Amino acid sequence: MTTTQSEVDFEEPGQVPGAPLLEVDDLFVEFRTRDGVAKVLNGVSYRVEPGETLAVLGESGSGKSVTAQTIMGILDMPPGFITGGEIRFHGENLLKASARRRREVRGSGIAMIFQDALSALNPVFTVGFQIEEQLRLRRGMSRKDARKRAVELLDQVKIPNAKGRVRQYPHEFSGGMRQRAMIAMSLALDPEMLIADEPTTALDVTVQAQIMDLLKDIQVERNMGLILITHDLGVVAEVADRIAVMYAGRIVEQSLARDLYRKPGHPYTQGLLDSLPRLDLKGTELRTIKGLPPSLLNVPKGCPFNPRCPRVQDICKTEVPPQHRLAPGRLSACHFAEELISGD
Amino acid sequence: MGRYVLRRLLQLIPVFIGTTFLIYWLVWSLPGDAFAGKCGDRPCPDAYVQAMMDKFNLGDPLVVQYGKYMLNVLQGNFGETFRGLDVGELIGDAYPNTIRLALVALAIEAVIGLAAGVLTGLRGRGFLDNLVLVSTLFLISLPVFVTGFVLQITLGFELKWIKTTVSASPAPWEHLIVPGFVLGSLSMAYVTRLTRTSIAENKRADYVRTATAKGLRQRRVVGVHLLRNSAIPVVTFLGTDLGALMGGAIVTEGIFDIKGIGSLVYDGIIGKEGVTVTGVVTLLVMVYLLSNLLVDLLYAVLDPRIRYD
Repeated sequence: MTTTQSEVDFEEPGQVPGAPLLEVDDLFVEFRTRDGVAKVLNGVSYRVEPGETLAVLGESGSGKSVTAQTIMGILDMPPGFITGGEIRFHGENLLKASARRRREVRGSGIAMIFQDALSALNPVFTVGFQIEEQLRLRRGMSRKDARKRAVELLDQVKIPNAKGRVRQYPHEFSGGMRQRAMIAMSLALDPEMLIADEPTTALDVTVQAQIMDLLKDIQVERNMGLILITHDLGVVAEVADRIAVMYAGRIVEQSLARDLYRKPGHPYTQGLLDSLPRLDLKGTELRTIKGLPPSLLNVPKGCPFNPRCPRVQDICKTEVPPQHRLAPGRLSACHFAEELISGD
Repeated sequence: MGRYVLRRLLQLIPVFIGTTFLIYWLVWSLPGDAFAGKCGDRPCPDAYVQAMMDKFNLGDPLVVQYGKYMLNVLQGNFGETFRGLDVGELIGDAYPNTIRLALVALAIEAVIGLAAGVLTGLRGRGFLDNLVLVSTLFLISLPVFVTGFVLQITLGFELKWIKTTVSASPAPWEHLIVPGFVLGSLSMAYVTRLTRTSIAENKRADYVRTATAKGLRQRRVVGVHLLRNSAIPVVTFLGTDLGALMGGAIVTEGIFDIKGIGSLVYDGIIGKEGVTVTGVVTLLVMVYLLSNLLVDLLYAVLDPRIRYD
């Protein structure tokens, strides 16, 4: 593994020694559309350390992907506008960094894997070309060396016959192999941080498990920070160290994974856990969270979850709940968080 | 791929026979006397008519005439005009001019059309976009002879920037720029719009986002990842257009007096020189069919998802 570039990155002037790997701090993003202003992120904060896996959980439209895109700097602007907050990588605020510096961080500092590898890979270039171009353009490798490295990377993500596969086009790969190729591509510049945006959603269940295992192995091997964006609680349970649950552009609960499963600190998390199909409750009706997530153009007053919340009180309809610190590293944005935890 | 090409080439044979027979039949069954006016003010002597009838097999049934003609053509002999000029030579003199004009027109429509299309496609709505949309609509709705005469009169007669006619053969490249623009203007407008739509459609594609996330320069993301995908329909269009341009441009060649294949056909029709017309059109059919085949093959090269076998 070559780590020369990452070592150089540590010496960047904006970076603070000893600062966390990645910190999202009170991030606000809105989409200005013809129908009005949609507040997609409303004060999102989380941090990730090297070797740690943070799972960001939430329904479609909760803002989990937008946060990731803002970190990568690939948010469509306009219609997107960042209206507040900071994203610090090794203590350096990326939102204030030059376009050039941001480009340097992409791929080698923070890399990203997308949900649908078929559309995320360029259909008219070979898989090898798409891995090699980063090595050639950003590491100045020769074509020959880049090809060799691309084969190594495909080998690392356990693609059989990597030597032959490197010459093939994305459409010649199966779904799982395509996602592996995508992972190999994201690892090309030895990133310190990997964001996986629903990496297994488009795959079969068995393939999902293989891809998650692979991601976990690679993360441990390289001591990378990993943000795993998903709406699948089952995927999260096995790999996440910590979980951040998002709802309507806010983080409603943040906790160590096992604590969250043992005792959810927010009615929304509780609802999500209850809606998992369970073998021991076979034959009974599956519980669901009633209603739909709010339109971000028109978020309910008070707690955004209040129209769907089974424990709703008057205060929920008027006041936005602050973050309650339930334990070290455990936060919940519910007026009744303490009661939930202490067990009714 | 090899089998596909072979199959396509075999398909050319019936298409070739069908089209050329149709042309032969249409040309030689034109109403009117082929020998009218060929001998000055008086009617042609019977002996001359008889000689010509024999020379061009005009006494035979049409199918036999066609068969004899085709046998000669396939041996590279396009026959002679009534005046005794070798049609093969006429084509050989005229075709380089047409090819030059076609290449100039193609270059103009590709360069300007692609550039304007990429620019407006990337920028999206705005002044430039509207300007290009209106001006391409303007070009599309203007007939070629209007563009041709207007440019000839303003740039040639009034401003004297260009020569009004290109009589020389082979035509010098620099004299073909304005005629090439006139000939290519319509397709240029189409290329612009096609590129603009294609770029606008693809610029939000996932693979473009991936390329950005890989930390590539904007220039590379657009110039390699986006353009390579967006160019597929445009290049296909340009290829088909080249086939059409190679067929000569009767109007443009007429306005600027370019001695190309278009003028040759035109003069042939006016002068009732059936051999010239059939010869030229037979050749053009071949060129067009082959260029279409090339476009189909090019398409497979540009888009690896397309396989013909």
